[in-house]
Amino acid sequence: MQGNSSWDRQLVEKSIDSLQDKPGALLPILHSIQDQLGYIPSDAVPLIADKLNLSRADVHGVISFYHHFRSKPCGEYVIQVCRAEACQAMGSRQLEQTIKQTLGIDYHQTTLDGSFTLEPVYCLGNCACSPSIRVNDDIHGRMTTSKFNQLVDKMQTVAVEVQ
Amino acid sequence: MTHSPLKTVAEQAIRVYVPCDSAALSVGADQIATTIKALAAEYQANIQLVRNGSRGLFWLEPLVEVETADGRVAYGPVQPEDITSLFECDFLSGDPQHPLYLGLTEKIPYLAKQQRLTFQRAGIIEPASIEDYTAYQGFIGLKKALAVGPQAIVDEVKQSGLRGRGGAAFPTGIKWQTVLDTPAKQKYIVCNADEGDSGSFADRLVMEADPFSLIEGMTIAGIAVGANQGYIYLRSEYPHAHQMLNKAIAVAYQHGYLGNHILGSDFSFDLEVRLGAGAYICGEETSLLESLEGKRGLVRAKPPIPAIEGLFGQPTIVNNVLSLATVPIILEKGAAYYEHFGMGRSRGTLAFQLAGNIKQGGLVELAFGISLRELLEEYGAGTLTGRPIKAVQVGGPLGAYLPEHQWDTPLDYEAFMQIDAMVGHGGIVVFDDKVDMLEQARFAMEFCVEESCGKCTPCRIGSTRGVEVIDKIRAGDNIQANTVLLTDLCDTMTHTSLCAMGGMTPYPVMSALNHFPEDFQPTNPKTGGC
Repeated sequence: MQGNSSWDRQLVEKSIDSLQDKPGALLPILHSIQDQLGYIPSDAVPLIADKLNLSRADVHGVISFYHHFRSKPCGEYVIQVCRAEACQAMGSRQLEQTIKQTLGIDYHQTTLDGSFTLEPVYCLGNCACSPSIRVNDDIHGRMTTSKFNQLVDKMQTVAVEVQ
Repeated sequence: MTHSPLKTVAEQAIRVYVPCDSAALSVGADQIATTIKALAAEYQANIQLVRNGSRGLFWLEPLVEVETADGRVAYGPVQPEDITSLFECDFLSGDPQHPLYLGLTEKIPYLAKQQRLTFQRAGIIEPASIEDYTAYQGFIGLKKALAVGPQAIVDEVKQSGLRGRGGAAFPTGIKWQTVLDTPAKQKYIVCNADEGDSGSFADRLVMEADPFSLIEGMTIAGIAVGANQGYIYLRSEYPHAHQMLNKAIAVAYQHGYLGNHILGSDFSFDLEVRLGAGAYICGEETSLLESLEGKRGLVRAKPPIPAIEGLFGQPTIVNNVLSLATVPIILEKGAAYYEHFGMGRSRGTLAFQLAGNIKQGGLVELAFGISLRELLEEYGAGTLTGRPIKAVQVGGPLGAYLPEHQWDTPLDYEAFMQIDAMVGHGGIVVFDDKVDMLEQARFAMEFCVEESCGKCTPCRIGSTRGVEVIDKIRAGDNIQANTVLLTDLCDTMTHTSLCAMGGMTPYPVMSALNHFPEDFQPTNPKTGGC
């Protein structure tokens, strides 16, 4: 689940408790928290550190090392644009520019209305149907500017209906 | 599921296959499946919709197949607006009149000419159906492994000549022997499923189309070296593969192929998928182990090698998805069968992956030794844009860019090393003549800046300086001196980096510079800029 859920101590503690006995538990715990909240709240760091007997710096160091983990809330839709070579060969550099312009944001930013977060990604494994983007867990291949605009329209329509 | 070759229920239902693979889904397979179901109801056609994996003929996705008396007939690439006409043409009887008709799937030349061993079941079976898997020779290798025991398994793998398919090409059997010979209370099997190379999707295809082959291969590895715990370290960029693996693992536990006393033997094996978190460097085996232990993915200095001190300090097999998924067929058919494919010291088959600007992109499994030109022309059919091919990057973002005069080199690990290139994981990315090779060289350095683990200076600092020097060349600033500097920098990175990340970033950079020098001249500015 993506979204902007606020800091939820109980949820974080539940994630830690259910996973802390696994060998090498830190990544599974971080994934669990981010899957539910959309990011890793800074208040979660001391709780994790305490339960896993690590320093806060250790936990922060792991969160900041990996591209996947976010320290701030994300939009309802996280859009990842593939920047790797196969997509470049099919025009992803231009596509990136168009997407940034359409959404009015740069990488690692979220639109003001909280709808979209834009992130770069290096390979979605869809290189024979490039260029590709990923919207939450859905991958979209053979992407074009017009297909992207249609996709955004559809997502915005859905968002309005939900409200 | 009851759709195994032994038909029991729904005798009259016509089986229609719509792939559930990421690539097929990315071009609308779900919508195709929904529309076919809806129209079948409208036409009162008794169909059974099967969500198979992909055959890997991605340019034809979504590829819809119908089972007929003669075999499975294919139509593709199917768009939602084609489905009404498919029903009108009676595609459920395999009618050849429809413009998307491709004939019997197995006879499509792209597929018919392949030598599929690792991918023998891909796209044919329903991925998480254990009935399908066993109906197509599944678990024969495992049963044989349980019967012959550790040393005989290792000997078989050694004799097969199998080398790691992740790119480093280390002999798999020798790695296994080391783990077998190292005494320890706990040993591990780790599958490296962090397929981060651009142009590579073969691991993903196996995991989404035939996940039991990986589960079986890892279990055999466990029997071979005495390990009862396995981890699949999967990249977080593969959400569909993640779901499919978890589903297949649960099914394997239910049927006694994982867990305690596998198939009634004394051997137990547990398997778990662990997700990475978007770090390319975690495809490097020691960095992967750090990540599995819950740390930053910093590369470890070797020795000690993971086979002796790996995960949590214990002897560990770290193998790529394809290496492990190939083990069942080696056990099933014997080392001699596998070994007779290939050339020189590159034995068996490799999953070549055609990607980028290519008309017929997809997976081609063939014995080592085919030339790049044959792959590009006979299978790929040239570029999608219809323009001439200018450069081909083989082996991922750390692989060299090859100009046309090198395309006749046979795809073989040693032959590629001789031309300062690498086969790697078999990913092939095609660029047409619009590509700006200085930009590609710059991107290689930029990628290294982004993805370096930061532990060693040549990789961490060298890549940043590399971007700067290339920018100076683009700006026309003292080109000759800066080119010498770039070459020197690449030389330093090659020889002093701790792992392949910094050590091989010079491959794309230097190949671009050496083979396409015209793009490094200020008089030839192309689109893109810096």
